[in-house]
Amino acid sequence: MFRNIALIAVSALTLTAGGAIAAGEGGHIEDVTFAHEGPFGKFDQFQLQRGLQVYTEVCSGCHGLKYVPLRTLSDEGGPGLPEDQVRAYAEAFPILDEDHNRQLYDVEKGEFRTLIPADNFPANTTAGAPDLSLMAKARAGFHGPYGTGMNQLFKGMGGPEYIHAILVGYTGEEKEEFGTTFYENHAFPTGWIRMPPPLSDDAVTYADGTPATVDQMSMDVSAFLYWAAEPHLMDRKNAGFVSVLFLALLATLLYLTNKRIWAGVKGRKQHA
Amino acid sequence: MAGIPHDHYEPKSAGERWLHKRLPIAGLLYDTIMIPTPKNLNWMWIWGIVLTFCLALQIVTGIILAMHYTPHVDKAFASIEHIMRDVNGGYFIRYLHMNGASLFFFAVYLHIFRGLYYGSYKAPREITWVVGMIIYLLMMGTAFMGYVLPWGQMSFWGATVITGLFGAIPGIGEPIQTWLLGGPAVDNATLNRFFSLHYLLPFVIAALVAVHIWAFHTTGNNNPTGVEVRRGSKEEAERDTVPFWPYFVIKDLFALAVILAVFFAVVGFMPNYLGHPDNYIEANPLATPAHIVPEWYFLPFYAILRAFTADVWVVIAANWLSFGIIDAKFFGVLAMFGAIAVMALAPWLDTSSVRSGRYRPMFKWWFALLAIDFIVLMWCGAMPAEEPYATISLIASAYWFAYFLVILPLLGVIEKPLAQPATIEEDFNAHYGSKAHPAE
Repeated sequence: MFRNIALIAVSALTLTAGGAIAAGEGGHIEDVTFAHEGPFGKFDQFQLQRGLQVYTEVCSGCHGLKYVPLRTLSDEGGPGLPEDQVRAYAEAFPILDEDHNRQLYDVEKGEFRTLIPADNFPANTTAGAPDLSLMAKARAGFHGPYGTGMNQLFKGMGGPEYIHAILVGYTGEEKEEFGTTFYENHAFPTGWIRMPPPLSDDAVTYADGTPATVDQMSMDVSAFLYWAAEPHLMDRKNAGFVSVLFLALLATLLYLTNKRIWAGVKGRKQHA
Repeated sequence: MAGIPHDHYEPKSAGERWLHKRLPIAGLLYDTIMIPTPKNLNWMWIWGIVLTFCLALQIVTGIILAMHYTPHVDKAFASIEHIMRDVNGGYFIRYLHMNGASLFFFAVYLHIFRGLYYGSYKAPREITWVVGMIIYLLMMGTAFMGYVLPWGQMSFWGATVITGLFGAIPGIGEPIQTWLLGGPAVDNATLNRFFSLHYLLPFVIAALVAVHIWAFHTTGNNNPTGVEVRRGSKEEAERDTVPFWPYFVIKDLFALAVILAVFFAVVGFMPNYLGHPDNYIEANPLATPAHIVPEWYFLPFYAILRAFTADVWVVIAANWLSFGIIDAKFFGVLAMFGAIAVMALAPWLDTSSVRSGRYRPMFKWWFALLAIDFIVLMWCGAMPAEEPYATISLIASAYWFAYFLVILPLLGVIEKPLAQPATIEEDFNAHYGSKAHPAE
């Protein structure tokens, strides 16, 4: 009796928790597959590097990544750039939003110093665009099938899917309201977004020869932003595997111990 | 009630005798760990250990997090990111703490419903039950304040909505709300006191857990039959019980290891599944999220809070009878706290002479309905406040109160219980056979 009730409760709980998350989101988001999804998923290092390129050449014009330290670009389980490249990248990175990066202002020289790997990516709100450091965790993606949240259970909350859906969701329609231009986008909750379509075919040139289609760039930068939001994803999954493995071993040993101890009390088992 | 007779600690060496005369701590530990425990306890009796573990986990991870966290509105969100990115293993400790709260509530709900089904709240265990309910209330307060600390959008707006409940108290509500918040709105003063209390309350809970354990060690555990352990002599008691160590320690640890394997899988592979993405957006008092949803473990009571809208007849009646003092908002607040209060009063509302639901043919079905009702309320709490969820919430809330206030008192009178086993030993042997008579 109690066991059945408990089982129903547990399964209903999973679905309810999914429902809680569903309530917040609108817009049309398709399920797309990223390399990092699921317990066995790993970041594709080259995709992260391509995504970094898209971020640098396109997104960073308006957006910032103020919580992401530049040095982490060389971390294992991330884009994995060599340290000298990170240093060169940092020095070349422009500071567009002077108001929000005062910590980088050199009072003696009266100018902004160049970035070093210990710095974070600069903040940037010049165009009123949100910071992207946590964007891939601050949005939920495909919540199916049938609103059950099962997809999120196995593939993650879907922030990168949301970003990808926005980047490829433009219809080409635009409208003007109160002096602001809005662009029609099926993925955005209200259907109209202030961000102009940022990507067009061959907006960047990939060094590895990957064709720079809108879809490809969008996938790459979405994966990169997920790394930016969850830089220790690979470490976390490894820790998960080690913990589960050891706990399963411990549980097995305790199961056998328990059986042995109780054998003296439970008559039938002792004589079996 | 006299305790269950059992062997007590006997200091053997001179050193032990010396200590025992001055501080009988070894005796206390011995009596606690060797407490005679009904040998027929089933797997629903493991949640106590899980809960004790949760409290320890939350305190240990919480203390580490507090070393790196900054309770200031300008720095709280950034300090969490510092923990997630820069602190060694910080991301794992924070995810353990975040999901630890979920495991804590998952276990406490199963623990409470176990008690409701097997009548663990009934005499002589009322104190255990009521102390448990106080622990549960403190857990809710602690979890709520902890959720505010990351200073995300849901932190801020959740705090605004929940502290707003106190503002619904007629007359004195607004001064109370201002006093709680330390100002007219949720701000730095609120964050600071919530951090302080979030650190303090777990230790109050720990003390109450000791009282909870002390109380049921005095009365003895309940068990699936609800039949008391025989206490005529030590020999008699030993036929119904086994010592807690090693029998139940090992059994409970086995269950804990299985549960932790699942828990660590959640932490390792889907740590944000039970959270809300909006809390990764820094708090912004100028932008209200589209849907303010509490964490899953608050949803049933959140649904009760929202169920009593101004067009419900009991609300209209209460409003009229109180000359307008009780409005829909205040009624909702009363209903939410009332839902927990009626649960705490279960020992006095249940009139049945039979403890365990196992021998109560009618009670079983009403109880099953209560469990389903709880899940329905949880689901309603996650949904927007519109039809059909509003009506479903109202019906489900009504059943919650009806169960405790009407069904429990009535069942004791009209229900004809089944025959209970005479002793725990009899029940145990029926399941497992006795050592003396192994054949079946």
